[in-house]
Amino acid sequence: MLGPFEVFETLKMIQKENLDIRTITMGISLRDCSHPDIDVSCKKIYDKITKYAEKLVVTGEDIEREYGIPIINKRISVTPISLIAESCESGDYTKFAKAMDKAAKAVGVNFIGGYSSLVHKGYTNGDRKLISSIPEALSETQLVCSSVNVASTKSGINMDAVAEMGQVIKKCADLTADSGALACAKLVVFANAVEDNPFMAGAFHGVGEPECVINVGVSGPGVVKSALEKVKGEDFGVVAETIKKTAFKITRMGQLVAQEASRRLNVPFGIVDLSLAPTPAIGDSVAHILEEMGLEKCGAHGTTAALALLNDAVKKGGVMASSYVGGLSGAFIPVSEDAGMIDAAISGALSLEKLEAMTCVCSVGLDMIVIPGDTTAETISAIIADEAAIGVVNQKTTAVRIIPAPGKKIGDKVEFGGLLGSGPVMKVNPFSSSEFIKRGGRIPAPLHSLKN
Amino acid sequence: MRAIITVIGKDRVGIIAGVSSILAESNVNILDITQTILQDVFTMIMLVDISKCNIHFHDLSDKLEKKGVELGLKIQIQHEDIFNSMHRI
Repeated sequence: MLGPFEVFETLKMIQKENLDIRTITMGISLRDCSHPDIDVSCKKIYDKITKYAEKLVVTGEDIEREYGIPIINKRISVTPISLIAESCESGDYTKFAKAMDKAAKAVGVNFIGGYSSLVHKGYTNGDRKLISSIPEALSETQLVCSSVNVASTKSGINMDAVAEMGQVIKKCADLTADSGALACAKLVVFANAVEDNPFMAGAFHGVGEPECVINVGVSGPGVVKSALEKVKGEDFGVVAETIKKTAFKITRMGQLVAQEASRRLNVPFGIVDLSLAPTPAIGDSVAHILEEMGLEKCGAHGTTAALALLNDAVKKGGVMASSYVGGLSGAFIPVSEDAGMIDAAISGALSLEKLEAMTCVCSVGLDMIVIPGDTTAETISAIIADEAAIGVVNQKTTAVRIIPAPGKKIGDKVEFGGLLGSGPVMKVNPFSSSEFIKRGGRIPAPLHSLKN
Repeated sequence: MRAIITVIGKDRVGIIAGVSSILAESNVNILDITQTILQDVFTMIMLVDISKCNIHFHDLSDKLEKKGVELGLKIQIQHEDIFNSMHRI
């Protein structure tokens, strides 16, 4: 029989250290939902999602209850809608977003991702229409999330798309100015987007994925921090080892829940995403892990090295614990969703530039960062270009989810509520990048040989 | 199928009686019991077999939780796999 220490260690992780399953995400292919008539296509999408995901929420709740492990979110990701929508002869693409929203509400999930387009090398007509419809789609729906892949290591950076996304983000902010530019929190601009990401807002069901699949994202920054509290002052070998062991335990639980959900729903198990995902709750912060390693505040010099160690150790521990690992798999550093990051940004320890450096060594990118409302579209595009360059050159996923909150200035705070938290408005470099962004075209794919 | 019942709180008369009477009514067999004082708190762990349980797992869980409230303790039942997956390879 299990010893009391083991049983209570697990209970303590769940009850005191906020260990949870962050999300069970069902990926659903919509490739059979194309139709020349947009209304027929939308109906097929609604019918398919509500049929496949009918039992997703109740199954998640049953597992939660029987295993005593909180499962915070149940979500759906679908095939990038631009692929489905472009068969339609005419019509307003926001109808697709509304059909997704309605289906998500009908099955009771809290987000649905996949109002997406992949334009890293160029646009099709469908991509063009979808991207221009994103601001309306996100402001007229509640649960729909959107993502656009503008760059990849193999094809370089589509700077036309980068330029357009700056404008799309500004428009999203304007249309939802009353709610702190909430639409921007539901939009991610990617480089090297992955096809099996269970986390929002960037989840979509990639074209290489099966008909339907279950992906699971675990959480547990609080557990890692608590484990590190016991090795104060020890060297980095001990720190890395402690994180690895903890990540292993956390991921084993994710694997169990993923397998169980897959079995009960009769849907194949896809992957466990090893990301450490924070929440605004106290004791659930990635920044506090970095501080536990000996930094006065997250953002101090040494933060990038601390994050690199954390990210690597989480993967090393997690990969042994799961039969299939995928998604984004790394530490997340969203500012508004992490109490420690919020504090660090308010105190001035954490800047946009430091966050950019941190994204070189972890997943995923500049995430949930509020910037002044008067930041220009070109500057936002330039921020995206920098982040895409990091992803493309380093062969990793990077992303930008940035919120230019209308009317807000440095020092203000924007409340989003729930898991999205609240974000202090951060300083952006005031010098112009507009001539750079105006050039357009494509930044060629980087060389990956001649490494000496 | 096996589950683990954990009881945490202040020691008092009737804890085992209270829990085991619910289990007996529900046709749940107790396989093992350990009890110990962990950091000044009374803790009890029961390994039980729920494969012949005559009520739904959720109802059993509710009954135990209610009994916990009655006795001023925290009583929880969870499938054994959650612990095995974390601590056994």
